Amino acid sequence: MTVAAPDASFFGLPTSSLLDLLRKMWEIRAFEEKAIELFTAGELPGFLHSQIGQEAVCAGTCACLRADDYITSTHRGHGDLIAKGARPDRMMAELFGRETGYCRGKGGSMHILDFGRGVLGANGIVGAGLPIGVGAALSALLRKTDQVCVCFFGDGASNIGAFHEALNLASVWVLPVVFVCQNNDYAESTPRRVQQTIADIAARASSYDMPGEAVNGMDVLAVRETVGEAVARARAGEGPTLVEAKTYRYMGHYIGDPGVYRTREEVEDWRARDPIASFEARLAGAGVLDAGDARQLEAELRRLVEDAVEFARSSPDPMPESAFEDVYA
Amino acid sequence: MVELTYKEAVRDALREELAHDERVFLLGEDIADPFGGSYKVTLGLSTEFGLDRVRNTPIAEEAIVGAAVGSAITGMRPVAEIMYVDFMTLAMDQVVNQAAMLRYMSGGQVTVPLVIRTQGGAGRSSAAQHAKSLEAWFCHVPGLKVVMPSNAADAKGLLKAAIRDDNPVIFLENKLLLMSTDAEQVPDGDHVVPLGQADVKRAGGDVTVVATSRMVSRAVAVAESLADAGIEVEVIDPRSLVPLDIDAVLDSVRKTHRLVIVHEAWQRFGFGAELAAQIAHEAFDELDAPIERVAGADTPIPFAPSLESIVIPSDERIEAAIRKVVGAEL
Repeated sequence: MTVAAPDASFFGLPTSSLLDLLRKMWEIRAFEEKAIELFTAGELPGFLHSQIGQEAVCAGTCACLRADDYITSTHRGHGDLIAKGARPDRMMAELFGRETGYCRGKGGSMHILDFGRGVLGANGIVGAGLPIGVGAALSALLRKTDQVCVCFFGDGASNIGAFHEALNLASVWVLPVVFVCQNNDYAESTPRRVQQTIADIAARASSYDMPGEAVNGMDVLAVRETVGEAVARARAGEGPTLVEAKTYRYMGHYIGDPGVYRTREEVEDWRARDPIASFEARLAGAGVLDAGDARQLEAELRRLVEDAVEFARSSPDPMPESAFEDVYA
Repeated sequence: MVELTYKEAVRDALREELAHDERVFLLGEDIADPFGGSYKVTLGLSTEFGLDRVRNTPIAEEAIVGAAVGSAITGMRPVAEIMYVDFMTLAMDQVVNQAAMLRYMSGGQVTVPLVIRTQGGAGRSSAAQHAKSLEAWFCHVPGLKVVMPSNAADAKGLLKAAIRDDNPVIFLENKLLLMSTDAEQVPDGDHVVPLGQADVKRAGGDVTVVATSRMVSRAVAVAESLADAGIEVEVIDPRSLVPLDIDAVLDSVRKTHRLVIVHEAWQRFGFGAELAAQIAHEAFDELDAPIERVAGADTPIPFAPSLESIVIPSDERIEAAIRKVVGAEL
């Protein structure tokens, strides 16, 4: 690669940080594309929700977090987890339902949890991660650490009671939480204009007397800056923030959903704002790296994902008796 | 021994565990002073331990239990109070999909050491939304433990065990017992009653009565009265329904060959149905009479005292069931 010097600064960040953002986004994209390929080929059981299109929110947010900070995620959470540092090989093994998966094959795509990386769980129940994240933040407060918790959720979750209960509780207890809404404009098939009347989900912060920031979720640097300020506030004991990142999922609600509820033009319009391509263009324009460097980086991460698939395929199924383990501690 | 009411015994357990383990904290609606909780169980504790560790919450049951789950998996040992078991309906996602499942779903990566204290039961005209007995719901869910103390000593000892347990425990107090002013004998010191150990409240050779919560004292009272009629009743309090000390019931049934199950919760699909099925399976040849259940009628709890007393088990119904299974051998 002929990238700029690691300590050179662009957009207010060192080269290494910029490349980390790009690398994470490619890791997510490569993982998700491979998962779709495997699922479509019938190699993965269950069902699959793809986060392709939302990579900038995942990477930009988790770039603001420490290894010991927490996140809670959603049914569409592979990208969140990878961005927080979860390993693609153990994630892929979980998608395959193998013993080496994060949950030993008992969670699957929607329930991956990596406690060591502060990933307190993807979640199959919309909105459920928010009260749990509030509890993790309360725990940090009571244990007198300065850990922060980010709760990822979607626009659909902003209408459920758990969202409102969680924001209110975080507000009255001044907890170190950042609520990051990945507003992709659809709750399953239902467009946002049918779900809610407000223009910005961020406006709901005012009900809970916390800052609410809407940000372009296709711009990883914008996400990083906005969430970074929120994380700093949380860590300083100044309480929670609601960040709304306006983004889009390229795929249907689940893999196999033909997406009849939206137009091809709409999808193409969002794809033209692709978070990875646009970031590469900015980096190239600033002289951080050129197109060849970017392709090299992409290839490196696609190889990483291929290795993850190989790891998963060669891993054993869980032992039958494990079906009865860990019901109780 | 010390003399405590049921409520004081619960409070003592909370106080001792707050003092014993700095990871323990309480959260719930109206639990802090000066109010001290809807049933005054936590009165004085926020003054003694501070508002950081005895936390009043908004009326938001899902957030209360969710916050308990999130803090439990990250190193704390929360004790949440849900004011009425009827309000657990509002927290069921966090109880069932989250607290109960997280350990299993994560392949054993996390433990969920939390207690949800709540109270149920009829008998004071609280009507259909404040007087249910919902233990069967929680017993049905793998991953939860379910405890129902019937007296002050057990309330203290079982709650201490529940708080020290690494699993989510639903701790079901009874509102009439909480309101009782009767002082009972409670052992001194660090009194811990392990979960999963039944207590034989009264020995007898003619019939086994398994009763839960407030029905235990009713069953014992009926048993005493029947002794005069020459019927010796053995009364067993399982104390925790999950884990269930089935061996204690089996041992008793092998001696008496008759079983009556008494609980205040609705009869259909209830604890009695499960226990009857287990005993019928494990001790079919031991039984000399069909198993009888005395349970709440399958209706909502009515308001009027005259109606309420009809739908919850009475001493008369308990006695009639005992007489029926004893008479069945004739």
